[in-house]
Amino acid sequence: MRHGALVYLGAFFALALSWTGFVLTPQMQVGQMVATNTVPAGARYPVARPGLAQQGLQVYRANGCAYCHSQQVWQQGTVFDVMLTDGGTNQPGVVAALQAVMPRLSRPEALQLLEGLPKPVLRGVSREEAESAVKKLTTSGAKATLWIEAVGPDLARGWGKRRSVPEDFLYDYPVLLGAQRVGPDLADVGVRQPDVGWHLRHLYAPASVVTGSVMPGYPYLFEKRRVVGAGSADALALSGDHAPEVGYEVVPKPEAKALAAYLVSLRADAPLFTAPFSVGASGGPAAPATNAAPTAGGGVP
Amino acid sequence: MVSPEAKAKAAAGAPAIDAGSAEETVSCRWPLLVLFLGAAGWLVAGSLLGLLASIKFHSPMFLAEPAWLTYGRVKAASAALLVYGFCVPTALGVGLWLMSRLGRVALAGPVVAGFGGGLLHAGVAVGLVGVLRGDGTGFLHLEFPAGAAGLVFLGYLLLGTVGVLTLYRRREARMEAAQWFVLAGLFWFGWIYSTANLCLLVFPVRGVAQAAINYWHTGNLLGVWMGLMGLGTVFALLPRLAGREPGREYVAMFVFWVLLLFGSWTGIPATAPLPAWMPALSTVGTVLSGLGVLGVAVIVHQTLAGRYGSVWRDERLRFLGLGVAAYVVGGVMQVVEALSGRSWMLHFTWFTAAREWMQVYGYLALVMFGTVYAIVPALVGVDWWSRRFLRLHFWLAGAGLLFVAAPLAAGGVVEAARLLNPALGFVEVSRGTLMFLRLSTIGELLILAGNGLFFVNLAGTVAGICRRALADALRRWGAETTGEGAAA
Ligand code: HEC
Repeated sequence: MRHGALVYLGAFFALALSWTGFVLTPQMQVGQMVATNTVPAGARYPVARPGLAQQGLQVYRANGCAYCHSQQVWQQGTVFDVMLTDGGTNQPGVVAALQAVMPRLSRPEALQLLEGLPKPVLRGVSREEAESAVKKLTTSGAKATLWIEAVGPDLARGWGKRRSVPEDFLYDYPVLLGAQRVGPDLADVGVRQPDVGWHLRHLYAPASVVTGSVMPGYPYLFEKRRVVGAGSADALALSGDHAPEVGYEVVPKPEAKALAAYLVSLRADAPLFTAPFSVGASGGPAAPATNAAPTAGGGVP
Repeated sequence: MVSPEAKAKAAAGAPAIDAGSAEETVSCRWPLLVLFLGAAGWLVAGSLLGLLASIKFHSPMFLAEPAWLTYGRVKAASAALLVYGFCVPTALGVGLWLMSRLGRVALAGPVVAGFGGGLLHAGVAVGLVGVLRGDGTGFLHLEFPAGAAGLVFLGYLLLGTVGVLTLYRRREARMEAAQWFVLAGLFWFGWIYSTANLCLLVFPVRGVAQAAINYWHTGNLLGVWMGLMGLGTVFALLPRLAGREPGREYVAMFVFWVLLLFGSWTGIPATAPLPAWMPALSTVGTVLSGLGVLGVAVIVHQTLAGRYGSVWRDERLRFLGLGVAAYVVGGVMQVVEALSGRSWMLHFTWFTAAREWMQVYGYLALVMFGTVYAIVPALVGVDWWSRRFLRLHFWLAGAGLLFVAAPLAAGGVVEAARLLNPALGFVEVSRGTLMFLRLSTIGELLILAGNGLFFVNLAGTVAGICRRALADALRRWGAETTGEGAAA
């Protein structure tokens, strides 16, 4: 090539193309996004985080939590469950329908299944299979519903009910999706760990609540001070090696309180049109261990 | 009179790259030394901070206080120093030198270039303090707060302008591959860095559009910009140092267009909560840009076929050779990572860290070391302060790279496999990576030592010429005063 101008023009068009694709288009597509509604409840989603949690996001940014934590739950697909909610009055018909849906079901087993409804009939099947099962059961006089369930390794780990979607981050600045999972994904941590006190103790000394944790502590977000009078209502309930000396207490600074408020505000648990799931779905073979509150010795999900 | 360049050539005992005219050398000398010396200092600081971060996996409460030494801040600072403190100024310096030498013309505006280098380093200093204070942006590879990024950008703008002007004034009409690579690189950095900082820090866009821009910038910075600056340098230096004909120009052109057209679409992981076409397109871009890696392997082989022994005997060529090898390995790792995105999600593991070490340190930094080792003697007219340090640096860098990247890559694969098993608690998964992380700390230690030698060697060499210049000046002054005395 002889001409600098040609190289320059070539580079210009190549970069302009990529800029249009990955900067301009997302700005028009998701940068202009507005709040949506949950499905089927129809509530507005998302709502802005409370002010304290917004300050907490800044603490999260300033201390580089995103170097160890992602906030992007991945879902490999969707499966369907069929729930039998009501046996109806036509027992022989329903038993026959059940046996049609579940070929290996014996008659006594089918009768047993009809007690104490609702119960799952099929789990983790495709939409066609589930729909045909629901049809068979309803024509026999029973009532059955279809449950949608999002699946994938992240969800099996209990990191959420569905994948992360652009709406989850609509009001955040900065949006820190993270790149590495040195620690667990936090997109839904407020659901599995809603206790602010737990978060504060965890931030002060992670190993005090999660045995074997390799997360660094953040003692500088707290103040260790002499107890005066009855002591502070905010003082952390620490025990063992992590407790301060007698006569001292550990109280969170405002940054720590804001950060904990942010962490409990991280809830990606709204079913949306673009990422549906049935609230209360009990899950197929890979049942998410939601709300399992990790305690000392118990580890995290 | 024997020119200083010829003396350097004799001292080095190896073929110097075409030394260029005195005018060219003088114009490049101080701007480049400002860029290189500051960069070497940042490199040492950055690898020290990186080592601190790494040690935290040996003991999580190690230096948990004070706040500015927390993991997330030292990690961010270390990444920023490696990229903006070392890679950017060194690659720009080398780029300016290529523009001057290959165009057979003095640098256009050496004072402006020196000033630009100073601004760039000042921006890095301000940015470093900002990140450690907790003013980091949180965006990967864009860690510096807006003010610091502005200074870096201004510095870049001055240097880039000097580079383009120098190319424009060239006396040699024909452009060789290195010149198109550097020209495109100068243009690329300006566009991506300004777009990203404007859209993320100055007039922030909403929601995940921020993440899209961040991914776009990172993909372009690591893939395209580093590719252009490093490969351009390799294509210019490799044949000259090895005394061979350059590889076929059409292969270089192929690599160039692959980088520009496909490399610019990389960087968005499959899991990102963005409209699905974006990660999908990005995976395609990544796989296609793997073709460029093939092209690089072909061109380097064309240049060196039958002469690999000479690469081994010349330290500068060894750096370049290992750098190119790391480029190829890093490129392959990136393709593997992109393809595993939906199933194994390797990109969330330490495998990513291994790949970035390959691309940023293994490839770009090593190529820059080899180049700086090749051009500084010609610039200052004396050989390196310590040849032994130079040789030792290569071994430390090579062993360090191996010790960092191999355990991290292996650890990442193990981690990915274990994360797929929900029965395994997260603490168990993370503890399972500790052995690999601790091995990689050894690698970081070796790299730090090598970087230290590089800095000392460069500083020693520069101090040597400063001392000589001072002695000359004193002698001249002495001669003048005695001369005046005799006349009186
Ligand atoms: C060096 C990496 C690292 C950094 C930095 C880090 N974490 Fe962690 N984090 C971990 C690891 C590993 C775990 C899992 C063990 C545990 O729960 O302590 C974890 C767990 C957590 C959990 C519990 C998650 C769950 O599923 O129960 C929360 C909440 C959390 N971190 C918040 C934070 C916040 C907030 C910051 C920044 C102030 C931060 N982390 C910084 C590594 C890190």
